[in-house]
Parts: sequence; structure tokens; C-alpha cells
Amino acid sequence: MKKVYVREEYCIGCHLCEVYCVMAHSRYPHDLLKAFKKGDPLPLPRLWVEEKGPLTFAFQCRHCEEPHCVSACITGALQKDTTTGVVTCEQERCVGCWTCVLACTYGAIRRDTKNGKMVKCDLCSNWGEPPACVYYCPNEALIFVERGE
Amino acid sequence: MALSLLTPMFKVERDEELCIQCKVCMRQCVNGVHWYDEEEDRMRCDHKKCVGCHRCVVLCPTGALTVKKYPLEFRENAHWTLDYIRSIYLQAETGGILLTGMGNDRPYPVYWDHMVLNASQVTNPSIDPLREPMELKTYLGRKPKAVEIKNGKLAEKLPPQLELDVPIMFSAMSFGSISLNAVKSLAQAARETGTFFNTGEGGLHRDLYEYGANTIVQVASGRFGVDPDYLKAGAGIEIKIGQGAKPGIGGHLPGEKVGPEVSATRMIPLGSDAISPAPHHDIYSIEDLRQLIFSLKEATNYEKPVGVKIAAVHNVAAIASGIARAGADFVAIDGFRGGTGAAPLRTRDNVGIPIEFALAAVDERLRREGIRNEVSIVVGGSIRNSADVVKAIALGADAVYIGTAALIALGCHLCQKCNTGKCNWGIATQDPYLVKRLNPEIGARRAANLIRAWAHEIKELLGGMGINAIESLRGNRLMLRGIGLNEKELSILGIKAAGE
Amino acid sequence: MGNFCEYLPSGCAISGIINKKGKRFNGERILESIAVMHERSNGLGGGFAAYGIYPEFKDHYALHVFYDSEKARTDTEQLLQERFHVDESGPVPTRPVRAITRPPLIWRYFVQVKPQQKEKQIFSVEADDYLVATVMEINEKIPGAFVVSSGKNMGVFKGVGYPEDIGEFYRIDEYQGYIWTAHGRFPTNTPGWWGGAHPFTLLDWSVVHNGEISSYGANKRFLEMFGYCCTLQTDTEVITYVFDFLVRKQGLPLELAVKVVAAPLWSEIELLDPEQKELLTTLRAVYGNLLLNGPFSIILATGREILALNDRIKLRPLTAAEKGDELYVASEEAAIRKICPHPDRVWMPDGGEPVIGRLQECIEKETTESAELA
Ligand code: SF4
Ligand code: SF4
Ligand code: SF4
Repeated sequence: MKKVYVREEYCIGCHLCEVYCVMAHSRYPHDLLKAFKKGDPLPLPRLWVEEKGPLTFAFQCRHCEEPHCVSACITGALQKDTTTGVVTCEQERCVGCWTCVLACTYGAIRRDTKNGKMVKCDLCSNWGEPPACVYYCPNEALIFVERGE
Repeated sequence: MALSLLTPMFKVERDEELCIQCKVCMRQCVNGVHWYDEEEDRMRCDHKKCVGCHRCVVLCPTGALTVKKYPLEFRENAHWTLDYIRSIYLQAETGGILLTGMGNDRPYPVYWDHMVLNASQVTNPSIDPLREPMELKTYLGRKPKAVEIKNGKLAEKLPPQLELDVPIMFSAMSFGSISLNAVKSLAQAARETGTFFNTGEGGLHRDLYEYGANTIVQVASGRFGVDPDYLKAGAGIEIKIGQGAKPGIGGHLPGEKVGPEVSATRMIPLGSDAISPAPHHDIYSIEDLRQLIFSLKEATNYEKPVGVKIAAVHNVAAIASGIARAGADFVAIDGFRGGTGAAPLRTRDNVGIPIEFALAAVDERLRREGIRNEVSIVVGGSIRNSADVVKAIALGADAVYIGTAALIALGCHLCQKCNTGKCNWGIATQDPYLVKRLNPEIGARRAANLIRAWAHEIKELLGGMGINAIESLRGNRLMLRGIGLNEKELSILGIKAAGE
Repeated sequence: MGNFCEYLPSGCAISGIINKKGKRFNGERILESIAVMHERSNGLGGGFAAYGIYPEFKDHYALHVFYDSEKARTDTEQLLQERFHVDESGPVPTRPVRAITRPPLIWRYFVQVKPQQKEKQIFSVEADDYLVATVMEINEKIPGAFVVSSGKNMGVFKGVGYPEDIGEFYRIDEYQGYIWTAHGRFPTNTPGWWGGAHPFTLLDWSVVHNGEISSYGANKRFLEMFGYCCTLQTDTEVITYVFDFLVRKQGLPLELAVKVVAAPLWSEIELLDPEQKELLTTLRAVYGNLLLNGPFSIILATGREILALNDRIKLRPLTAAEKGDELYVASEEAAIRKICPHPDRVWMPDGGEPVIGRLQECIEKETTESAELA
């Protein structure tokens, strides 16, 4: 399946991926300004930039072949979509137990404490292709490709 | 600490209505202009530190920023302009030579803008480059006095040449003065468009050997990075005598820019200053130059053209003629607008002559001596667009070098801070955090696009003149007319006035 | 910079005939051929080049000269006397023609290089250069004098008027030649100068030309490096010099000179076998400035052959035909059919594809020479 990969040598640490991730998951998924100005409460970004010295890279869910988070989910809210392969969470069924957070070996799942729900990258399934972070990465550090693993 | 008298150059304006406090500007400005005031929950800035590079403006996702000339006005004075007053404040503080980057920015006349081109009407049809072939191929290198034919066959091989698909090359910019990603971008673009990039005096990084067929390797006074492999790696060799931005002056790459990669590539110790002497200390006369030319030819088995690059100075015609006679296969002339990674400001702005005059004088001189066809002329240091290229070739150049234009294609915003090593665009810097801002894939694409776009435009202009091969433009000064030039200028350029 | 010459763009008619056996025929035929294309000229220039017309002086340079004044004539003659043996001289015979007004004085001289000059100039090539230098000097330095032609056993008859009137005026029906070329001119402006008509010549070379050379400025400045001065107001002069330079000075065979002036496209060169590719790449790289760029059809004649050629993308008309020993080339087929109604073969050469008609004796001589060499 096509996934988001980061080429850290080109990641400039601008955090624009986060900014657009927020927009894409807000009430105004195509209007950055309204998303931020009127979107209160703002959704959390589903990916984030790790930084150490000159090294920076954006990081998000790997949409694993055999996702631990899915096996761990106590309500069955987390599923791996059989056709697209995207690991998705049915928000209504998430009870905020954070089991998935513990289970994910990559630490790709965040806690939205305000709403009591987990959040993670959904590859912008409802937004478009490529995902917003890739689309708006100013340096093409994020790419959305198929890589035989 | 005594107060600095320097006032800001730029004013950064943030439209609070638009700002979403994403802090992108803060992260992108290496000069530390923007910061986030937690207490006020808003972005603030220090105008004084802004150099006007527009990095934040371009990256701001909501378009909240503008950068303006700082509105502070001195009492009007035609003689003491802002720049001169500021220079004095600065020198009074530092006691040092003023350093700068990029090319001469003073309002000297731009002669390209005083020349216009011809087009066909009725008697000879203009040619549509979309329908008809239009040829830009150019061979740089020594040409024999005559092609010897024996029994219908070539009796002697053509001396080594550089084959250009477009008469535009990337001029010498060393790894050190610009980032490896910038060099990679140009190397890749040169390969894609069938032209050449030039190593400058920075040596050839090991990652770049694969671009050898599109490389001109430079041998400059510091001899940095020169060894047999280096000489053999390129398609041609250029001896650098001078540079348009700083004729008569050497180079100085400060130790802090000499990281492991630069050090390995230049073959100098880590962190040591790389100083290129003003002259080559083995070239004090034209005979010495001749020796170096032939030493390099000898070292490369006479398989590579060897050129010589000089700055356009008063006596350029005679110097170029001497160089041609000394055995150089091409002469590269760099005009006084040529860019640099670092130069003393006063030298940059006051030494040398416009390339238009230098080119016209050199071409004419070599013709008068009957040797113009034996040696190629490349000019650089001011070419801004395809029309400048066409005018340069009509004046007599075989090809042009572009440096500043190429960097602008990569993102340079001409802030002239190249010497500081803090290029926000990842070009004139070795800081790994900044270097990665230039993704060489994007850089190569943009630089190649520029060459392709100009090639299309050149074809368009040639077609308009009813010419379908670039060689019919070379030295064809009848295609040029002068506007707003006096008799002397017209005669030096060897062109008629518009209407004549 | 020397003085610039302007070029006067023009559209025109051209025609040429060669008898490959060297059999001479009357000038009437070329006159008839060019007259058919009356519409292609506008009465502002016409002319003829004829080869084989002076057999009795075939080792002399035949100089045809225009003078504006007696003074120009005496000055020129003085110079000629100094440098050459002038073995015969006199006005070129003409007859009055109503349409031809105000002709210049038209004289001809049969000259040879003086022996003491000969010692200095051992080879005939150098004698040629000496003559060329003199011709250039007369044209440039003596006001009102203009050398129309200067080859051996050939001459040019040209002036302001329709070609048929010019032919009548010069009585070309009284000459016999084995090569004839003709030109009718349609200049887009009106200098009304006799010297400006075609053909243009240098030594044995003569050129008639239809078209305009957009590369003129490049060609001219290249030639100037080698001592050619383009004093005339036309690019046809440049074509003449280009061929003179390539063939006489640089020693290229005519067939390869053609590959310079109407160079194949790089994309075509790319497809050739390696040896040909290298040869043509070298020619283009070295002589690129001599590419004739722009629309043209030309007929070039030497004492040995005629060459008809189009620009490489064929922007001007050219037709060729053969019958027996004769080769015809003209702007229009009608101009050929008029004098040769049933040719063995008629064809339209491709752009850049030369049509060459060579005297058989020359071909034979060359084959024996190359046989000897081998
Ligand atoms: S220096 Fe550049 S990035 Fe920094 S504020 Fe000024 S324009 Fe923006
Ligand atoms: S980048 Fe623009 S929107 Fe983001 S904080 Fe800076 S000014 Fe505000
Ligand atoms: S290369 Fe960088 S530092 Fe130099 S002028 Fe351009 S943007 Fe500024």
C-alpha cells in the first residue's frame, strides 16, 4: 500500500505538515485560516516533527501489516481496512482507555485528553490524495509512495 | 555595551488577522527575527535582524507577512545616501573591511537594456520553432585554422570540445561558497539539459564524480581539491585568474565553513581557513599562464579543452588575446555584475567593467587578429534572461555562464548575505540545518526548467529573426540596435542605433 | 568596426545552363529562359554570367569594370598598368535599348600578372590573391569605379533593367559560352545602382541569388577576419566570398563547402555513420559562422561547374532538369521548358541538396589525378 515516508535529509523542521494536518482534520478541512480561527477546539495533529540538532523529521502511524494497536483495542474501534490497508479508528467506539497507545511500538498514537479519544493518522482518507502533510510539505521531504517492504 | 547607531533595513509586518501562530516563520528565520510571546499569545519580531530574504514570507502558510523597506528617512541628500551613511556607522563600530555577497548592485547602466533585437518582416520569413527545427547546439573549444580534407576524409581530428545542447552553462560556484545540495542541483540540471556546471575552486565532492561528463573543473590560485583524478573527472578544465565580483582579489573561505565534507573535497585540514591568493603564485606573466595551460593539457592527455577565466577589466581585449595565443581553448570573461560568495564591498561595487563592453571589445579584437574562430568566448556576470543570452551571442559570445540567475532559480532572494553563511534558502551555507532546505531534486528540476524555458525563448527569438541555428546569430551584430547610447558606446559595442 | 554594409532584401528569378561537354552555345537561350520569369523581377536589376566567351584570352584575367566618370577610368587604368600587363582593353560593346537609361561607362581589360610580380607570387593561387586584392582596392578606394567581374575566360553583363533588356543592351546574343547564368531582380528598395545587380563575382566565381540571408551579419564578420571586405549592399556578395573562402582558401571540395553553407541538421548528422558524423560535426563546429541562414536559392558558377542550391529548409523555389549533355536549373520549371521542352528528367532538389553540373574534362582529370595518387 501507499504510505507516507519522510526523507529526513530534506525535512526542514518547519512543522507545516502539522499545521495542514490540523486543517485537514478540522471543521474546515480546506480553509486553513478558518480552521485555525474558528475551529475551536482545534484537532490535534496526527503527525508531529521530532527534532534533535539539525536532524528533524515528521513522524506518524506506519499502518502496520499486523498492527498491535488493532489487536489491543478493547472495543474494536481500531480496524485495519481490508481493502485500503489503512489502520482506522471508529471514533464513536473509542472509549479513551489508551491501550492502543501502550501497544503501538512506534508511539504513533496520541491522546486527545479534551475529547477523551485517541488520535492517529488516517492517511487523510476523507481529505484526498496525497495526504495533506505530503501535499503541503514545502520541500518534498514527505512522500506518498508504495514501497515493497 | 555602546549603542549601535544602525537602524533597521527592513520592517516585518504581520497581519494579526491572518496569523495563526504556527511559528513557521520563527523556525525558518535563522536570523532570529520572529518569536512567540507566550504571555501575549502572539508572534513578535525584531526588525533590526531582518535581512530581507523573504524566507518567512514565502513559507508563512496564511500569507500574513510582508517585509518592507524600513520607512525611516534620512534628511534627503543626493550625495549622502542611506547606504553610505550606514556603511560609516558600521565601519565605525567594527573597524573592518565591509564584506558582502552577490554581485555589484549599484545603478550603473545596464547595456543589455540599451540594445534591442531584430525580427523578419515579409522579405525573409520568420520561422516557427514549434514547426521547424531550431538548433542551439554549440561546441566550445579550439578550432583549427582550416579543416583538412584528404580524399574526402577528415585528415585531422577536431581538438577536444565541450558539446552544449544550449549555449548556457552554470558558472563556477564552489562547494564551500555554496552548499553541496546547491552544487548537486546544478550538476543534475546540467546533465538533464545537456550543458555544464563548474566546480569553482572548491574541488569535486565524491558524490559529484558521476556528473563528470557535465563538469568543468576549475583550477584556481588556491589549487584546492586539485589532483589527477579531479582533472580527469571533468569534461573540461578552467583556470581561474579572476572573477567579476572581485577582480584582483583572491578568496577566503572562513574555517567555520570548512566542515568534514568541504575539508575532504578541498583537501585541506578541517576547520582551516581556505585562502586563495590574489594571483596564482606560479603565474606572473602570460608565458607562465601558457605553461600552466599546457601542464594541464599534458596531465589530461590533451583530451580536455582548457579555458581561462578572467574578470572584465579595462584592458580585457588585449588580455583575452594573449590568453587565446597562450593556448587556451576558451576564454571566460566575467563582468562586473558577477556574483560572489564573499567580496569586499568596495571592490565589488567599483572594480571592473560591464560585460557588454568587455565582450564587444574582446570579440572585435580577436577578429581583427584573425583568431576569433580558433578560440571560444564564454561570458558571464549579468545574464538575467534569455534575451540577455541572445544579445550576448549576437555581440560575439559562443555561450554564457549564469550564476546568480541559477541561484535565483534555486530560491535565492538576493539578500546579499552569502558571506555570512546564514543563507535561509540553504544555498550559500554549510549549516546542516539550513543546507537541507534545498532539496537537490527540487533544485535540479527548477534549474533545468530555467534552462529549458530560456532555450524555448531563445528559439522563439531566433525564429523571429528568420534564423534556425544559433551559429548564425554568433557575432551577428546587425541583429542588434542601440537605444539611448552615445556614439562612443555604439562604436565600442559595434552596433548601429535604432532607426539606422 | 569597419563601415557596415546594408543588405537590400530581394525576391528574384534565377536560371542557369551548363553544357557538360564544354560545347559553347549562344547567349540567346539563357535570355529566353530568364525572360519567361518576367513577373519575378521588377526592372531594377538583371544580369548574366558567361563562361567560355573569351577563348582567345583564356589565360588572361578578364576585367569588366563600371565607371561613373572618366577620372575613375584613368585612375583605375593607371593602377592596372602599374600592376599588370594589360594586353587588350576597350569598352564592352553595347547597343542602345529604350528601357536602359543612364548606363555607366563599361570597359573591359585582359590582363596578366607582371613577371616581377610573378616571381614574388610563385603559385597561381597567389596571383589570384594579388588580383583579388587589387579588385578590392579598386572597389573600395577609387570612387566611381567598380569591378564587375575578374575571372578567366568569363564575364558578367549586368545592370539596372529587366534582364531581357540588359541582355539586349549587352548584345549577349553575340557571345558563345558553355555556362550561362542569369538573374532578374526584385529588390524591395531602389538603389538603382548598376553594381548592385547580380551576378556577383570574385575571380572565376559568380553567384546569382534569390533570397535573403538572415545570417548576413555573422557571415560578413567572419569573412572580414580573412580580409574580405563586404563593400556592396547585398548579401549575394557574401555568398560569393563564402564559397571563395571555403573552396579556394580553405581547400574544401565544393561538395563539402555545400555542407557548410546549407549544413545538415544536427539531428540528421546524428544518424550518419561515425566517420561521416565526425566529418560533418567538425565542419559545422568550425565553420558554423558560414552557415547561410534564411531563404535562398543560388546558382554558383565557376569555370568548371555550376552548383544550384537551396537553403536547408527550402524556403525558395528551385527546379533542375537534364537533357543530353546539358543541365538546367531555374527558379521555375517554365523557364527550363521554354528552352528545353522535353528534358530527360526534371526534379525539385530538396533543401540543402546541391545540384552540381561539372565539365566532363574536369571530372576525367580528377579521376586520373586520384588514380595517380592512389
Ligand atoms: S531575515 Fe528573512 S526570514 Fe528572517 S524575518 Fe527577514 S525576511 Fe523573514
Ligand atoms: S508563519 Fe505566518 S501564520 Fe505562522 S506564525 Fe508566522 S506569521 Fe503567523
Ligand atoms: S544565496 Fe542565500 S544568502 Fe546569498 S543572496 Fe541568495 S538567499 Fe541571500
